[in-house]
Amino acid sequence: MSKALNTFTNGLLRENPTFGLVLGMCPTLATTTSAINGMSMGLATLFVLVCSNVVISLLRNLIPDKVHIPAYIVVIASFVTMVQLLMQAYLPAIYETLGLFIPLIVVNCIVLGRAEAFAAKNNAGLSALDGLGMGLGFTLSLTVLGAVRELLGSGMCFNMPVFPENYGMLIFVLAPGAFIALAYLMALIQKLMKK
Amino acid sequence: MKRLESNLTNMVLSLTVVALAAAALLGGLYVVTAEPIAKQKQEKQQAAIISVLPAVEGLTIGEPETLDGMTLYKAFAGETWEGTAVEVAENGFGGTFKVMVGFDKEGNVVNYEVLEHQETPGLGDHMTSWFKTDKNRQSVIGKSPETTKFVVSKDGGDVDAITAATISSRAFLRAVEKAYAAYKSGEVQAVSGASILQQEAPAAGSGTEADTEGAEQQPINDTQL
Repeated sequence: MSKALNTFTNGLLRENPTFGLVLGMCPTLATTTSAINGMSMGLATLFVLVCSNVVISLLRNLIPDKVHIPAYIVVIASFVTMVQLLMQAYLPAIYETLGLFIPLIVVNCIVLGRAEAFAAKNNAGLSALDGLGMGLGFTLSLTVLGAVRELLGSGMCFNMPVFPENYGMLIFVLAPGAFIALAYLMALIQKLMKK
Repeated sequence: MKRLESNLTNMVLSLTVVALAAAALLGGLYVVTAEPIAKQKQEKQQAAIISVLPAVEGLTIGEPETLDGMTLYKAFAGETWEGTAVEVAENGFGGTFKVMVGFDKEGNVVNYEVLEHQETPGLGDHMTSWFKTDKNRQSVIGKSPETTKFVVSKDGGDVDAITAATISSRAFLRAVEKAYAAYKSGEVQAVSGASILQQEAPAAGSGTEADTEGAEQQPINDTQL
Protein backbone atom coordinates (compact mmCIF):
# COMPACT_ATOMS: atom_id res chain seq x y z
CA MET A 1 0.00 0.00 0.00
CA SER A 2 2.73 2.45 0.97
CA LYS A 3 4.56 1.52 -2.21
CA ALA A 4 1.51 2.44 -4.25
CA LEU A 5 1.17 5.75 -2.44
CA ASN A 6 4.87 6.39 -2.88
CA THR A 7 4.63 5.73 -6.60
CA PHE A 8 1.75 8.13 -6.92
CA THR A 9 3.27 11.05 -4.98
CA ASN A 10 6.65 10.51 -6.60
CA GLY A 11 5.52 12.14 -9.82
CA LEU A 12 3.67 14.92 -8.04
CA LEU A 13 6.59 16.18 -5.96
CA ARG A 14 10.01 14.55 -5.74
CA GLU A 15 10.26 13.59 -9.38
CA ASN A 16 7.92 16.18 -10.83
CA PRO A 17 8.46 15.89 -14.61
CA THR A 18 8.99 19.61 -15.15
CA PHE A 19 10.72 20.85 -12.02
CA GLY A 20 12.36 17.62 -10.84
CA LEU A 21 13.23 15.53 -13.89
CA VAL A 22 13.23 18.50 -16.34
CA LEU A 23 11.59 16.33 -18.99
CA GLY A 24 9.31 17.43 -21.82
CA MET A 25 10.65 20.98 -22.05
CA CYS A 26 9.42 21.52 -25.61
CA PRO A 27 5.68 21.38 -24.85
CA THR A 28 6.30 22.99 -21.47
CA LEU A 29 7.81 26.12 -22.97
CA ALA A 30 5.62 26.23 -26.06
CA THR A 31 2.15 25.73 -24.63
CA THR A 32 2.20 27.58 -21.32
CA THR A 33 1.20 30.97 -22.73
CA SER A 34 -1.88 30.83 -20.53
CA ALA A 35 -3.05 28.77 -17.56
CA ILE A 36 -5.82 27.10 -19.58
CA ASN A 37 -3.42 26.10 -22.36
CA GLY A 38 -0.96 24.63 -19.87
CA MET A 39 -3.68 22.68 -18.12
CA SER A 40 -5.06 21.34 -21.41
CA MET A 41 -1.65 20.10 -22.50
CA GLY A 42 -1.14 18.51 -19.08
CA LEU A 43 -4.48 16.69 -19.13
CA ALA A 44 -3.98 15.37 -22.67
CA THR A 45 -0.56 14.05 -21.64
CA LEU A 46 -1.98 12.56 -18.44
CA PHE A 47 -4.45 10.48 -20.42
CA VAL A 48 -1.89 9.12 -22.88
CA LEU A 49 0.62 8.51 -20.10
CA VAL A 50 -1.75 6.32 -18.08
CA CYS A 51 -2.88 4.31 -21.13
CA SER A 52 0.58 3.76 -22.57
CA ASN A 53 2.05 2.86 -19.15
CA VAL A 54 -0.58 0.16 -18.63
CA VAL A 55 -0.19 -1.35 -22.11
CA ILE A 56 3.59 -1.29 -22.02
CA SER A 57 3.62 -2.85 -18.58
CA LEU A 58 1.42 -5.68 -19.85
CA LEU A 59 3.62 -6.22 -22.90
CA ARG A 60 6.92 -5.85 -21.09
CA ASN A 61 7.84 -9.55 -21.04
CA LEU A 62 6.80 -10.20 -24.62
CA ILE A 63 9.18 -7.68 -26.13
CA PRO A 64 12.88 -8.57 -26.32
CA ASP A 65 15.21 -5.97 -24.78
CA LYS A 66 17.02 -4.98 -27.95
CA VAL A 67 13.89 -3.83 -29.76
CA HIS A 68 11.93 -2.41 -26.86
CA ILE A 69 12.29 1.26 -27.81
CA PRO A 70 10.84 0.97 -31.35
CA ALA A 71 8.06 -1.22 -29.98
CA TYR A 72 7.21 1.31 -27.24
CA ILE A 73 7.22 4.19 -29.72
CA VAL A 74 4.75 2.34 -31.94
CA VAL A 75 2.48 1.71 -28.94
CA ILE A 76 2.63 5.36 -27.80
CA ALA A 77 2.13 6.83 -31.27
CA SER A 78 -0.86 4.53 -31.85
CA PHE A 79 -2.40 5.65 -28.58
CA VAL A 80 -2.00 9.29 -29.44
CA THR A 81 -3.61 8.81 -32.83
CA MET A 82 -6.45 6.80 -31.32
CA VAL A 83 -7.09 9.52 -28.75
CA GLN A 84 -7.12 12.11 -31.52
CA LEU A 85 -9.56 10.18 -33.72
CA LEU A 86 -11.92 9.30 -30.85
CA MET A 87 -11.96 12.85 -29.51
CA GLN A 88 -12.56 14.33 -32.94
CA ALA A 89 -15.45 11.95 -33.57
CA TYR A 90 -17.24 11.87 -30.23
CA LEU A 91 -16.05 14.81 -28.11
CA PRO A 92 -15.81 17.70 -30.61
CA ALA A 93 -16.04 20.37 -27.90
CA ILE A 94 -12.99 19.02 -26.06
CA TYR A 95 -11.21 18.43 -29.36
CA GLU A 96 -11.62 22.13 -30.15
CA THR A 97 -9.49 23.07 -27.16
CA LEU A 98 -7.17 20.05 -26.82
CA GLY A 99 -6.82 19.13 -30.50
CA LEU A 100 -3.82 21.33 -31.12
CA PHE A 101 -1.88 19.74 -28.30
CA ILE A 102 -2.42 16.10 -29.17
CA PRO A 103 0.24 15.76 -31.89
CA LEU A 104 2.71 17.35 -29.45
CA ILE A 105 2.33 14.41 -27.06
CA VAL A 106 4.08 11.98 -29.40
CA VAL A 107 7.28 13.98 -29.16
CA ASN A 108 6.93 14.35 -25.40
CA CYS A 109 9.79 12.44 -23.80
CA ILE A 110 7.92 12.04 -20.51
CA VAL A 111 5.74 9.35 -22.05
CA LEU A 112 8.66 7.34 -23.42
CA GLY A 113 10.73 8.14 -20.33
CA ARG A 114 8.16 6.66 -17.96
CA ALA A 115 7.58 3.66 -20.22
CA GLU A 116 11.31 3.00 -20.14
CA ALA A 117 12.03 3.83 -16.49
CA PHE A 118 8.92 2.53 -14.80
CA ALA A 119 6.38 0.59 -16.84
CA ALA A 120 9.00 -1.76 -18.29
CA LYS A 121 9.91 -2.93 -14.76
CA ASN A 122 6.63 -2.87 -12.83
CA ASN A 123 3.17 -4.40 -12.97
CA ALA A 124 0.18 -2.76 -14.64
CA GLY A 125 -1.44 -1.38 -11.48
CA LEU A 126 1.67 0.40 -10.27
CA SER A 127 2.39 1.64 -13.79
CA ALA A 128 -1.09 3.17 -14.00
CA LEU A 129 -0.49 4.94 -10.68
CA ASP A 130 2.89 6.17 -11.87
CA GLY A 131 1.28 7.51 -15.04
CA LEU A 132 -1.41 9.22 -12.99
CA GLY A 133 1.09 10.78 -10.58
CA MET A 134 3.44 11.92 -13.31
CA GLY A 135 0.56 13.20 -15.43
CA LEU A 136 -0.92 15.18 -12.54
CA GLY A 137 2.51 16.54 -11.64
CA PHE A 138 3.01 17.64 -15.23
CA THR A 139 -0.47 19.19 -15.37
CA LEU A 140 0.11 21.03 -12.12
CA SER A 141 3.47 22.47 -13.08
CA LEU A 142 2.27 23.52 -16.55
CA THR A 143 -0.78 25.20 -15.03
CA VAL A 144 1.36 27.12 -12.53
CA LEU A 145 3.84 28.16 -15.21
CA GLY A 146 0.99 29.12 -17.55
CA ALA A 147 -0.74 31.13 -14.81
CA VAL A 148 2.44 33.06 -13.98
CA ARG A 149 3.13 33.87 -17.64
CA GLU A 150 -0.48 34.80 -18.32
CA LEU A 151 -0.63 37.09 -15.29
CA LEU A 152 2.65 38.87 -16.02
CA GLY A 153 2.21 38.89 -19.78
CA SER A 154 -1.41 39.83 -20.33
CA GLY A 155 -2.72 40.71 -16.86
CA MET A 156 -5.19 37.83 -16.75
CA CYS A 157 -5.63 34.68 -14.70
CA PHE A 158 -7.59 31.81 -16.30
CA ASN A 159 -8.90 34.37 -18.84
CA MET A 160 -10.21 36.61 -16.03
CA PRO A 161 -8.74 40.11 -16.23
CA VAL A 162 -6.72 41.04 -13.14
CA PHE A 163 -5.26 44.32 -14.35
CA PRO A 164 -5.46 46.14 -17.72
CA GLU A 165 -3.68 44.32 -20.53
CA ASN A 166 -1.70 47.43 -21.48
CA TYR A 167 0.39 47.03 -18.32
CA GLY A 168 1.30 43.42 -19.16
CA MET A 169 4.85 42.56 -20.11
CA LEU A 170 4.56 41.02 -23.57
CA ILE A 171 7.88 39.22 -23.18
CA PHE A 172 6.28 36.74 -20.77
CA VAL A 173 3.87 35.54 -23.46
CA LEU A 174 6.77 35.04 -25.87
CA ALA A 175 9.54 32.43 -25.77
CA PRO A 176 12.12 34.35 -23.67
CA GLY A 177 9.52 34.87 -20.93
CA ALA A 178 8.95 31.11 -20.85
CA PHE A 179 12.60 30.52 -20.00
CA ILE A 180 12.71 33.32 -17.44
CA ALA A 181 9.53 32.22 -15.66
CA LEU A 182 10.58 28.56 -15.74
CA ALA A 183 14.00 29.33 -14.28
CA TYR A 184 12.65 31.42 -11.41
CA LEU A 185 9.94 28.88 -10.59
CA MET A 186 12.46 26.05 -10.64
CA ALA A 187 14.85 27.93 -8.35
CA LEU A 188 12.00 28.66 -5.96
CA ILE A 189 10.85 25.06 -5.88
CA GLN A 190 14.40 23.75 -5.38
CA LYS A 191 14.79 26.07 -2.40
CA LEU A 192 11.48 24.98 -0.87
CA MET A 193 12.26 21.29 -1.42
CA LYS A 194 15.63 21.53 0.32
CA LYS A 195 14.12 22.73 3.58
CA MET B 1 7.34 -14.98 -16.69
CA LYS B 2 10.82 -14.49 -18.04
CA ARG B 3 11.43 -11.73 -20.60
CA LEU B 4 11.87 -13.04 -24.16
CA GLU B 5 15.46 -13.48 -25.27
CA SER B 6 16.84 -10.99 -27.82
CA ASN B 7 17.46 -13.39 -30.71
CA LEU B 8 16.63 -12.60 -34.31
CA THR B 9 13.41 -14.62 -34.50
CA ASN B 10 12.00 -13.11 -31.31
CA MET B 11 12.91 -9.57 -32.31
CA VAL B 12 11.47 -9.82 -35.81
CA LEU B 13 8.36 -11.57 -34.54
CA SER B 14 7.60 -9.18 -31.69
CA LEU B 15 8.16 -6.04 -33.76
CA THR B 16 6.04 -7.41 -36.59
CA VAL B 17 3.23 -8.36 -34.23
CA VAL B 18 3.30 -4.97 -32.45
CA ALA B 19 3.35 -3.04 -35.73
CA LEU B 20 0.61 -5.18 -37.29
CA ALA B 21 -1.59 -4.92 -34.22
CA ALA B 22 -1.14 -1.15 -34.12
CA ALA B 23 -1.86 -0.83 -37.83
CA ALA B 24 -4.97 -3.00 -37.59
CA LEU B 25 -6.26 -1.07 -34.56
CA LEU B 26 -5.68 2.30 -36.16
CA GLY B 27 -7.13 1.22 -39.50
CA GLY B 28 -10.22 -0.16 -37.80
CA LEU B 29 -10.67 2.92 -35.66
CA TYR B 30 -10.22 5.19 -38.67
CA VAL B 31 -13.04 3.43 -40.52
CA VAL B 32 -15.29 3.56 -37.45
CA THR B 33 -14.67 7.24 -36.73
CA ALA B 34 -14.55 8.51 -40.35
CA GLU B 35 -18.31 9.01 -40.52
CA PRO B 36 -18.83 10.84 -37.19
CA ILE B 37 -15.80 13.04 -37.94
CA ALA B 38 -17.17 13.96 -41.36
CA LYS B 39 -20.54 14.68 -39.74
CA GLN B 40 -18.94 16.95 -37.13
CA LYS B 41 -17.11 18.87 -39.84
CA GLN B 42 -20.28 19.21 -41.86
CA GLU B 43 -22.26 20.51 -38.88
CA LYS B 44 -19.53 22.97 -38.03
CA GLN B 45 -19.45 24.20 -41.61
CA GLN B 46 -23.22 24.65 -41.77
CA ALA B 47 -23.24 26.54 -38.49
CA ALA B 48 -20.39 28.70 -39.78
CA ILE B 49 -22.27 29.60 -42.99
CA ILE B 50 -25.23 30.87 -40.98
CA SER B 51 -23.11 32.79 -38.49
CA VAL B 52 -21.07 34.68 -41.09
CA LEU B 53 -24.03 35.88 -43.16
CA PRO B 54 -26.14 39.00 -42.53
CA ALA B 55 -28.90 38.42 -39.97
CA VAL B 56 -31.90 38.66 -42.29
CA GLU B 57 -35.25 36.94 -41.72
CA GLY B 58 -35.94 33.84 -43.82
CA LEU B 59 -32.50 33.50 -45.32
CA THR B 60 -32.02 30.60 -47.74
CA ILE B 61 -28.65 29.33 -48.88
CA GLY B 62 -28.19 28.59 -52.56
CA GLU B 63 -26.29 25.69 -54.04
CA PRO B 64 -22.54 25.81 -53.24
CA GLU B 65 -20.37 26.93 -56.16
CA THR B 66 -16.66 26.30 -56.45
CA LEU B 67 -14.24 28.86 -57.79
CA ASP B 68 -10.42 28.52 -57.73
CA GLY B 69 -10.64 25.93 -54.97
CA MET B 70 -12.92 28.12 -52.86
CA THR B 71 -16.56 27.35 -52.14
CA LEU B 72 -19.20 30.07 -52.37
CA TYR B 73 -22.51 29.88 -50.54
CA LYS B 74 -24.92 32.58 -51.67
CA ALA B 75 -27.70 33.67 -49.40
CA PHE B 76 -31.11 34.96 -50.49
CA ALA B 77 -34.02 36.42 -48.60
CA GLY B 78 -36.94 35.56 -50.82
CA GLU B 79 -35.56 36.49 -54.22
CA THR B 80 -33.05 39.16 -53.25
CA TRP B 81 -29.44 38.28 -52.83
CA GLU B 82 -28.26 39.26 -49.35
CA GLY B 83 -24.66 38.15 -49.21
CA THR B 84 -22.19 35.35 -49.79
CA ALA B 85 -20.21 33.09 -47.49
CA VAL B 86 -16.87 32.00 -48.94
CA GLU B 87 -14.94 29.01 -47.64
CA VAL B 88 -11.25 29.49 -48.31
CA ALA B 89 -8.09 27.53 -47.48
CA GLU B 90 -4.72 29.23 -46.99
CA ASN B 91 -1.26 28.30 -45.72
CA GLY B 92 -0.70 29.52 -42.19
CA PHE B 93 2.21 29.09 -39.81
CA GLY B 94 1.44 25.48 -38.93
CA GLY B 95 -0.11 24.21 -42.15
CA THR B 96 -3.28 24.82 -44.09
CA PHE B 97 -6.18 26.43 -42.30
CA LYS B 98 -9.77 26.87 -43.47
CA VAL B 99 -11.86 29.91 -42.82
CA MET B 100 -15.43 30.85 -43.74
CA VAL B 101 -15.78 34.55 -44.52
CA GLY B 102 -19.18 36.20 -45.02
CA PHE B 103 -19.79 39.35 -47.08
CA ASP B 104 -22.95 41.42 -47.38
CA LYS B 105 -24.28 43.04 -50.58
CA GLU B 106 -21.91 46.01 -50.28
CA GLY B 107 -18.89 43.77 -49.91
CA ASN B 108 -18.35 44.40 -46.21
CA VAL B 109 -17.15 41.53 -44.06
CA VAL B 110 -20.11 40.46 -41.90
CA ASN B 111 -18.29 37.87 -39.81
CA TYR B 112 -15.83 35.00 -40.15
CA GLU B 113 -15.36 31.59 -38.57
CA VAL B 114 -12.11 29.62 -38.57
CA LEU B 115 -13.12 26.04 -39.43
CA GLU B 116 -9.81 24.21 -39.07
CA HIS B 117 -6.32 25.33 -38.16
CA GLN B 118 -3.03 24.15 -36.67
CA GLU B 119 -1.60 27.49 -35.57
CA THR B 120 0.50 27.72 -32.40
CA PRO B 121 -1.62 27.61 -29.22
CA GLY B 122 -1.48 30.95 -27.43
CA LEU B 123 -0.11 32.85 -30.43
CA GLY B 124 -1.47 32.15 -33.92
CA ASP B 125 -4.60 30.43 -32.65
CA HIS B 126 -5.87 33.83 -31.50
CA MET B 127 -6.98 34.29 -35.11
CA THR B 128 -10.25 32.59 -34.20
CA SER B 129 -11.32 35.72 -32.32
CA TRP B 130 -8.65 38.42 -32.81
CA PHE B 131 -9.99 39.89 -36.04
CA LYS B 132 -13.51 40.08 -34.55
CA THR B 133 -12.46 42.05 -31.49
CA ASP B 134 -13.22 45.73 -31.79
CA LYS B 135 -10.01 47.13 -30.35
CA ASN B 136 -7.48 49.50 -31.94
CA ARG B 137 -7.39 48.45 -35.59
CA GLN B 138 -7.56 44.67 -35.22
CA SER B 139 -11.17 44.01 -36.29
CA VAL B 140 -12.13 43.28 -39.91
CA ILE B 141 -15.87 43.15 -39.20
CA GLY B 142 -17.94 45.66 -41.16
CA LYS B 143 -15.02 46.65 -43.33
CA SER B 144 -14.64 46.13 -47.04
CA PRO B 145 -11.39 45.30 -48.84
CA GLU B 146 -12.35 48.13 -51.22
CA THR B 147 -11.90 50.84 -48.60
CA THR B 148 -9.66 49.12 -46.02
CA LYS B 149 -6.24 47.76 -46.89
CA PHE B 150 -6.37 44.17 -45.58
CA VAL B 151 -2.66 43.99 -44.88
CA VAL B 152 -1.04 44.01 -41.43
CA SER B 153 -0.07 47.50 -40.25
CA LYS B 154 3.57 46.40 -40.05
CA ASP B 155 3.49 46.00 -43.85
CA GLY B 156 1.73 49.32 -44.38
CA GLY B 157 -1.84 48.03 -44.19
CA ASP B 158 -4.85 48.97 -42.08
CA VAL B 159 -5.22 45.95 -39.79
CA ASP B 160 -3.26 45.24 -36.60
CA ALA B 161 -1.56 41.84 -36.59
CA ILE B 162 -1.99 39.35 -33.74
CA THR B 163 0.65 40.03 -31.08
CA ALA B 164 3.69 37.88 -31.85
CA ALA B 165 1.95 36.04 -34.68
CA THR B 166 2.58 38.15 -37.76
CA ILE B 167 2.86 35.18 -40.11
CA SER B 168 -0.52 33.80 -39.04
CA SER B 169 -2.02 37.30 -39.34
CA ARG B 170 -0.65 37.83 -42.84
CA ALA B 171 -2.00 34.45 -43.88
CA PHE B 172 -5.40 35.23 -42.43
CA LEU B 173 -5.67 38.57 -44.24
CA ARG B 174 -4.50 36.91 -47.45
CA ALA B 175 -7.34 34.42 -47.02
CA VAL B 176 -9.88 37.25 -46.59
CA GLU B 177 -8.54 39.01 -49.71
CA LYS B 178 -8.81 35.75 -51.66
CA ALA B 179 -12.35 35.24 -50.42
CA TYR B 180 -13.23 38.79 -51.47
CA ALA B 181 -11.85 38.23 -54.97
CA ALA B 182 -14.01 35.12 -55.26
CA TYR B 183 -17.01 37.01 -53.88
CA LYS B 184 -16.48 39.75 -56.50
CA SER B 185 -16.26 37.40 -59.46
CA GLY B 186 -19.21 35.42 -58.16
CA GLU B 187 -21.38 38.51 -57.88
CA VAL B 188 -22.51 38.56 -61.52
CA GLN B 189 -23.72 34.99 -61.31
CA ALA B 190 -25.49 35.84 -58.11
CA VAL B 191 -28.01 37.98 -59.97
CA SER B 192 -29.01 35.17 -62.29
CA GLY B 193 -28.87 32.82 -59.31
CA ALA B 194 -31.49 34.91 -57.58
CA SER B 195 -34.00 34.51 -60.36
CA ILE B 196 -33.60 30.76 -60.33
CA LEU B 197 -34.02 30.54 -56.63
CA GLN B 198 -37.19 32.57 -56.86
CA GLN B 199 -39.10 29.45 -57.80
CA GLU B 200 -37.36 27.41 -55.16
CA ALA B 201 -37.66 29.81 -52.27
CA PRO B 202 -41.19 29.02 -51.05
CA ALA B 203 -40.47 25.29 -50.87
CA ALA B 204 -37.12 25.77 -49.20
CA GLY B 205 -38.61 27.26 -46.04
CA SER B 206 -36.44 28.84 -43.36
CA GLY B 207 -32.66 29.11 -43.51
CA THR B 208 -30.96 26.12 -41.94
CA GLU B 209 -32.81 23.23 -43.53
CA ALA B 210 -32.51 24.65 -46.99
CA ASP B 211 -28.87 23.83 -47.56
CA THR B 212 -29.22 20.16 -46.69
CA GLU B 213 -31.77 19.80 -49.46
CA GLY B 214 -29.50 21.81 -51.73
CA ALA B 215 -28.25 18.84 -53.72
CA GLU B 216 -31.54 18.54 -55.56
CA GLN B 217 -31.31 22.08 -56.80
CA GLN B 218 -28.03 21.51 -58.57
CA PRO B 219 -29.24 20.33 -62.03
CA ILE B 220 -31.54 23.35 -62.43
CA ASN B 221 -28.75 25.71 -61.55
CA ASP B 222 -26.35 24.13 -64.00
CA THR B 223 -28.59 24.30 -67.04
CA GLN B 224 -29.56 27.91 -66.44
CA LEU B 225 -26.04 29.16 -65.87
